[in-house]
Amino acid sequence: MVVPFFVAATIAVIATLFAITRTNAVHSLLNLIVAILSLAVIFYTLGAPFAAALEVIVYAGAIVVLLLFVVMMLNLGRQAVAEERTLLTTRVWILPALLAAALLVELVVLLSARAPAARNSIVGPTEVGVALFGPYLVAVEIASFLLIAGIVGAFHLGRRLRPGSQGGQAGAPGAAVGGTPAGGVARERRQAAAGVLLGEDHPGGAE
Amino acid sequence: MSAQLPDYALVLAGILFGMGLLGVLMRRNIIYILISVEVMLNAAGLAFIAAGSRLAQADGQVMFIFILTLAAAEASVGLALIIQFYRAYRTLDSDAAKDMRG
Repeated sequence: MVVPFFVAATIAVIATLFAITRTNAVHSLLNLIVAILSLAVIFYTLGAPFAAALEVIVYAGAIVVLLLFVVMMLNLGRQAVAEERTLLTTRVWILPALLAAALLVELVVLLSARAPAARNSIVGPTEVGVALFGPYLVAVEIASFLLIAGIVGAFHLGRRLRPGSQGGQAGAPGAAVGGTPAGGVARERRQAAAGVLLGEDHPGGAE
Repeated sequence: MSAQLPDYALVLAGILFGMGLLGVLMRRNIIYILISVEVMLNAAGLAFIAAGSRLAQADGQVMFIFILTLAAAEASVGLALIIQFYRAYRTLDSDAAKDMRG
């Protein structure tokens, strides 16, 4: 279990390095997937097979693919890659690199200071499940609140905002004519969703 | 020898967290900032797993599951924000939003 750990750890570090330094977002995300898979191997060698499976399924399978879809949706081309290259100069990254390296050295020194021996045993899914729905039941419910808040927040933030002037122009003459009631209702809904002032056009459009 | 693996895993978690922090600090594209935050959350999860492995307790994995939940919620809200940002500014450079409107 020692050799796989170190191989996976090396791969994780290299892939993460590539993930944060590539200028093409898709390459970066693919490197991130490699890093996540090697982390799953590390979890397995640490005796946590359930967490390893979750890492592959949820992180690599859901979260990174979500990121990948958004990158594809934004449709960034070569121009974005070139722009990113101009942003990433040595002057920009040298100071944060030094800060992070100092923090890292401190952390390694602190962690290597004490090393009492401990046993390394496998904790299977059964024990995790028992703990999750036993003492941690309230935390599971709170996590479900968090997920609901995440869904509602993503829905609210992800909706298409229309500029107010455009909605007002489209709504005012249409409501004055009032030809089709269904079109008027749909337009009102759109206006209400866009947060445009409804004013006195509102009853005219409905009737 | 195998008993020391959690210690090395903690060091690895520190390395990965440092790299994620570096990414957050040095990148200006908000997609990369989100990727780096994911890396940092992953490193935190690895630290929990290592601690749970060292103590032979299930609590580390339980905490990892909570971190996973948090990362999923954070990614969905963050991506929605990125899409709105891109619609508003037509760029992903986070410096484009440095001026407040209000």
